[in-house]
Amino acid sequence: MELRLLVQLGIIGLAFFMLINASAVLVLAERKIMAAIQQRYGPYLVGPHGMLQPLADILKLLMKEELRPKEADKWLFTLAPVIAVTAAFTAFATVPFGAETTFFGLLDEPVKLGIADVNVGLLVVFAVTSMGVYGIVLAGWASNSKYSLLGGLRSSAQMISYELSYATALASVVLLSGSLSLREIVNAQEGYWFGFIPQWYLFLQPLGFIIYGIAGVAETNRAPFDFPEAEQELVSGYNTEYSSVRFALFPQAEYINMVTMSAVATNLYLGGWHFPFVPVEYGWIAFLAKVGFLLFAYIWIRWTVPRYRYDQLMQFGWKWLLPAAVINLLITAAVFLYFNA
Amino acid sequence: MIPLSHYLIVSAVLFSIGTTGVFLRRNLITVLLSIEIMLNAVNLSFIAFGRTHGTVDGQIIVFFVMTVAAAEAAVGLAIVISLFRHRESLNPDAFTALRW
Amino acid sequence: MPETLQFYLFAALAIGASALVIGQRNPMHSVLLLIASFGALAGLYVLLDAPFVAVAQIIIYAGAIMVLFLFVVMLLNAPQEDAHKDPFALVRQSGLTRVGAVLALLLLLQLSWALLSVSGLAGPVDAGGDAAVVSSVPELGRVLFTDYMFAFEATSVLILVAMVGAVVLAGRRENEE
Repeated sequence: MELRLLVQLGIIGLAFFMLINASAVLVLAERKIMAAIQQRYGPYLVGPHGMLQPLADILKLLMKEELRPKEADKWLFTLAPVIAVTAAFTAFATVPFGAETTFFGLLDEPVKLGIADVNVGLLVVFAVTSMGVYGIVLAGWASNSKYSLLGGLRSSAQMISYELSYATALASVVLLSGSLSLREIVNAQEGYWFGFIPQWYLFLQPLGFIIYGIAGVAETNRAPFDFPEAEQELVSGYNTEYSSVRFALFPQAEYINMVTMSAVATNLYLGGWHFPFVPVEYGWIAFLAKVGFLLFAYIWIRWTVPRYRYDQLMQFGWKWLLPAAVINLLITAAVFLYFNA
Repeated sequence: MIPLSHYLIVSAVLFSIGTTGVFLRRNLITVLLSIEIMLNAVNLSFIAFGRTHGTVDGQIIVFFVMTVAAAEAAVGLAIVISLFRHRESLNPDAFTALRW
Repeated sequence: MPETLQFYLFAALAIGASALVIGQRNPMHSVLLLIASFGALAGLYVLLDAPFVAVAQIIIYAGAIMVLFLFVVMLLNAPQEDAHKDPFALVRQSGLTRVGAVLALLLLLQLSWALLSVSGLAGPVDAGGDAAVVSSVPELGRVLFTDYMFAFEATSVLILVAMVGAVVLAGRRENEE
């Protein structure tokens, strides 16, 4: 029994460790991939092939002086990055990342790879990520600077608009699987059609996956939807006035949110830890590979697609994405009713 | 276990706080926030009663209250914005144009 | 008794944050404290075996309605209420407001008296009914879309009306000005 507790604590610790380091790895990956896309080498000086560059970045940020504008709201200015990063970490709490396993017979009873298994897990992820917007909005407001305020304003409007399409896309998946627990949604995708096509919701919900992807990129404020930052128009948007550790927490939160989004997408549409010819005990490797691919796609999109204009963003969200998501939900419901009535 | 009356007392206290806010504050946004507090106090009562009776009806009423609250917030804030455009103030005492 | 402890923690947080909401002069801080209060209420809902409502509370209230409030506060860059630097300014205001405070206090007394004098409320809150039924999302959906179907459809019309109303009220008219 105590061994089981230790293992569970170990899983939580591992997830936390991976999330913390994910941002360092992703910063390096982002710069290397960007460089490759732009036919450059990217960071090359620190360590072999610039592999230790994130370490140098972190050291540099820690050494910097912490500045705060004189007229800033003292409490909220400090609270904002904390909210952002806390929401990012907490959101991962109900995301499972592997099947039940006994660790090759080490344990008597199988333990679930994941931190918490809640019967409304998907909604918990959604709720906690929607709290993350407060970090950005408050940072924008508390800085008492016009660029920051504009970044925060844009962020709040963008989040509300794209959350709708995002939630509607999720509703179609919930409809198909009949469960709000991420683990049960993954288990509903086990098995094959005609013996070789994996039963992933990607193939039942291609439109839903695209909508989820677009809304997910917008929710995490990544290019081409990085309006809260938009360095060409707003200097650096909501984090203009931030420096040192407080500044470092924002990109940290952004990268963790990317990981959470990719992990949820993997669970919802890509069959989680199920993969053809991979035994389910090694499913976590398949899971990591899928998440890695989605993260690569995130970076790929960022350095390929130029930023929208702000009015285009709103037009697109309300006039195209949301209707498409609603139609997708209606068709899914109709077909589901036809086959199951 | 926690008695039902404790939940109801929490709800009553919250409702009174909301009422106090509506009576005392002279800022339209805070008045709207106080109304939200009152709605939430009522929600807590509904869920506590629903739990005691072992049905989900209490929770369903709460969903309706939430949608009404969303509608109220949208219209209320729209009114606040258009009032602010006319008077550059959020004090309800500033809007006395048609008072006797 | 972890559950009792949780109850008192969440209840104290909800009441404390709500009391601070109406005590703040800065609307931005009011909105944030109200979000904290809603979070605590969501905790109370979880204790009452209503996890779905708890999450809906966070998503709808804290995640959408409050963002709307925040958006308006930021958009108007709302002036702080006529600032007396006096922390008790609220209580010391002129005649009518003081009557309001007395009325609010009376309401609290009356509600507490009513709650204490009614019998049958002292039993534990989870005495009747099965926790599995109350917390089940399928059951919630079934009841919502059968017994409360009409109310559900009426709500959707309400939302539509509110949406049109908000656009008409807040939208700038181009032929004016």
